[in-house]
Amino acid sequence: MKNKPTAALGWTTLLLMLTSLFMVFEWVPTEEDQGIVQRIFYFHVPCAWVAFAAFGLVAIAGMFYLWLKEPLFDDLGYAAAEIGMVFCTLVLITGSIWAKPIWGVWWTWDSRLTTTFILWLLYGGYLFLREVSDHTPEVARFSAVIGIVAALDVPVVVLSVRLWRTIHPAVLVTRSGEHGLEDPRMVITLLVCLAAFTMLFAWMLLLRFYQLRMGTRLMIIRRDIALIEAAAGDY
Amino acid sequence: MEHFDYLFAAYSIIFIVIFGYVAFIWRRQAHLESDLRAMEERLRQLKTEAPPPEVKSAAQK
Repeated sequence: MKNKPTAALGWTTLLLMLTSLFMVFEWVPTEEDQGIVQRIFYFHVPCAWVAFAAFGLVAIAGMFYLWLKEPLFDDLGYAAAEIGMVFCTLVLITGSIWAKPIWGVWWTWDSRLTTTFILWLLYGGYLFLREVSDHTPEVARFSAVIGIVAALDVPVVVLSVRLWRTIHPAVLVTRSGEHGLEDPRMVITLLVCLAAFTMLFAWMLLLRFYQLRMGTRLMIIRRDIALIEAAAGDY
Repeated sequence: MEHFDYLFAAYSIIFIVIFGYVAFIWRRQAHLESDLRAMEERLRQLKTEAPPPEVKSAAQK
């Protein structure tokens, strides 16, 4: 965790996050219809992007684990699922806060919201399984399968605004195929926020992955100690 | 500045959750590092204390 590339990534992320905040609160123009509350969008969308990327990574790591049986991929999937869950929770919370002044309700069973909530439940189940189970190859294999199946909901969430009637805005790519941001500064701000959150994701993933690898190493050392102590007892 | 409270709440929650998660990682890391150091030390000790396999087999004879 104390290595230089991770620290450099951390500082770059912090710098980009501060730049994003400046752009969101000072630089970008206020949207005419929704007013100031529309600025939630600039962090809400990157949270969703990180959640989807993380869950996609869980699926990829799961496939590699099933193929190569290498514990490294199991740890990678676990770390990505945990971070994906953090950001998926943030998507639901910030979306709800945004919905209240605009739609008049905190929550509605709209297709985008419902499919996102299902995604949250699926990965919540995945993490619950990991938390209550032992660190065995069987659990890792089962988790990999759940991680892959659950990720199938990601494209459903993304396409939900096109597949079903919904009140959720399709801002990034509208039904006519164009983006719905009226000012170029809005696009630039969104891109900077996306870059900041992508770096934040990479940094958090490195920290958590490194930690899980360390946990695996600790488990192996404990097992070796137990074996030596048992052998010494026999002797 | 209508609905500023909603905007403030959304951004506050984002930062509280992210900082909370990073703090959780850092705390766990500190525990893990000290555990790992202690276990590595114990393993080294056991390896130096334990008789080598040939000595052990000789003693068993």
